[in-house]
Amino acid sequence: MTNIRQVWVFIEREAGEMATVSLELLSKARELADRLNGRVCALLFGHDIADLTQPVIHQGADLVLLADHPELEMYRTLPYARVAIDLVQERQPYIFLLGATPIGRDLAPRIASAVRAGLTADCTALQIGDFERGGKTHADLLYQIRPAFGGNVIATIVNPQMHPQMATVREGVMRLGEPDSTRQGEIERIEPKLDERDLVVQVLERETWQPRCDLKGASIIVAGGAGVGSQENFWLIRELAQVLGGEVAASRAAVDAGFIAQEHQVGQTGVTVRPRLYIACGISGAVQHRAGMDQSSKIVAINTDPDAPIFRIAHYKIVGDLKEVIPWMIRVYREKAN
Amino acid sequence: MAYNCVVLVKQVPDTANISGKAMKDDGTVNRAALPAIFNPEDLNALEMALQVREQYGGQVTVLTMGPPRAAEVLREALYRGADRVILLSDRKFAGSDTLATSYALKCTIERIGDFDIILCGRQAIDGDTAQVGPQVAEKLEIPQITYAESIRSLQGDEIIVQRAFSLGKETVRCTLPCLLTVVGSANQPRPPSARRTITYKLAATPLEYSALLEKWPEFETEEALDRYLADRSQKIPVWAAADVSADEDKLGISGSPTKVLKVDYVVLEAVGSKEIQATPESISALVQELVRDYIL
Repeated sequence: MTNIRQVWVFIEREAGEMATVSLELLSKARELADRLNGRVCALLFGHDIADLTQPVIHQGADLVLLADHPELEMYRTLPYARVAIDLVQERQPYIFLLGATPIGRDLAPRIASAVRAGLTADCTALQIGDFERGGKTHADLLYQIRPAFGGNVIATIVNPQMHPQMATVREGVMRLGEPDSTRQGEIERIEPKLDERDLVVQVLERETWQPRCDLKGASIIVAGGAGVGSQENFWLIRELAQVLGGEVAASRAAVDAGFIAQEHQVGQTGVTVRPRLYIACGISGAVQHRAGMDQSSKIVAINTDPDAPIFRIAHYKIVGDLKEVIPWMIRVYREKAN
Repeated sequence: MAYNCVVLVKQVPDTANISGKAMKDDGTVNRAALPAIFNPEDLNALEMALQVREQYGGQVTVLTMGPPRAAEVLREALYRGADRVILLSDRKFAGSDTLATSYALKCTIERIGDFDIILCGRQAIDGDTAQVGPQVAEKLEIPQITYAESIRSLQGDEIIVQRAFSLGKETVRCTLPCLLTVVGSANQPRPPSARRTITYKLAATPLEYSALLEKWPEFETEEALDRYLADRSQKIPVWAAADVSADEDKLGISGSPTKVLKVDYVVLEAVGSKEIQATPESISALVQELVRDYIL
């Protein structure tokens, strides 16, 4: 069994259903496992969640490790980490993927530390490839690819020896495959071994709210960056989005500058989007931002700097002042609509 | 009851204010283009620790691992109110990934010994990994509370913390000791105090002595300078790997499971791009084209 490489995915749940990022990771894990002649194994933790096993299998899992326990009903770091660490140590997976969500980012480092594995956060691509160093070739490693250092470079990270090779990925980065309801898989029930030290943290209250903006589902997005200049000018971005029936987005620089809330952030550490039209206003186009929007069907970029990197991926390049250009766009579109 | 806090901080390149090229042509980091700053969320962690001390008493120790230059953030921590600062610096730490870093920090915290709460920023702006905090907690075998926004109560060996995410919040109760990673919305970090800036005007690590001797030739020897600073509580201690009993195999490159296979420059392939003049007429034509192509 140990010579069959296992690609693991931690399944996150949201309101009784599988989180989208987990479905996307299962699709990616399927692709990686096929390349490795390996198996996809899903870690499904919770209480009374057996109804999720079939959707997990349909999405690509060969094996579901199901830990059903009252103490696992809601996510908590310690009991979830305990069960996952025990399983990793016992079964030694080759690759282990988690969503780069508040849960995945809390859980993954705790597991990686305990099992002494390498972990790469917020990957924007995962591939299989070889690694040579010191005259030795490590075949079929996981290439963990992410932008690094101010976005000027793309780094490819590998963990040649200490496995599992762990990585987190944001929602929307990997393509969601179609579920196959004819797929068959195995379900194995796990008996969690929890002691009182795993249960010292109690959740007293938990509140979640729906996102106020739906960037992922939007077909038109108007995004502003640092070049917008002020919170006041950001109303131009909102107005254009409203007129065109789109959503408002921002680069990290605009979020950091306080122009708009973080949930509007597009990019490596924000949301990944694939709209029909993306209008980038005052966004220079660092690789982290582009990683979140370069799959858009059409990109219009407005920037005063003719050398801004965003222009190299834009289909329509407008070198100019967004404070002039946006009002023109609004006027023309309104006139057309009338 | 008093609570002792250890705050883990990092000096980071100011990725939001890069002047010029961040990378040199040979692929190495161009430090000159990157001003080094106190990682923003670590300031929120420090502020939270200072508030614990003000309300309950106890000591605030600030620890950073980094090159000699990282003493800058420790001085800043002193100006803002830290009781004690420690620089963890050794060439053996070079090339550490988050796992090796968290091991070094764990060894150091064990040497510090007496702690109730460890605090650090949620993540550092240079890597955005958010991994070191939880990894330190795991290595110390204590619970972690990530995304901490406020300490609701602290009583005996029990802490109640509110966590904040972009789409929710959560209140948790936990036993001490524990580790908190603090989010930027937690508080408004106090500025450096003028009085403390004067008090710690001379604060320096032994790694900075040779440079200081050039400025203050009256000290003649490093020993004389060391004695002078130590007597006035201005000496910032530097601990090396051996001082914290760290196993060398678990440090630096050899202790880091992740390796950089390659670093690629981002070469953008220009798409079939169309230049639109910034004039009302051209913009009007663009909007009409997008409408005609069913994009708008």
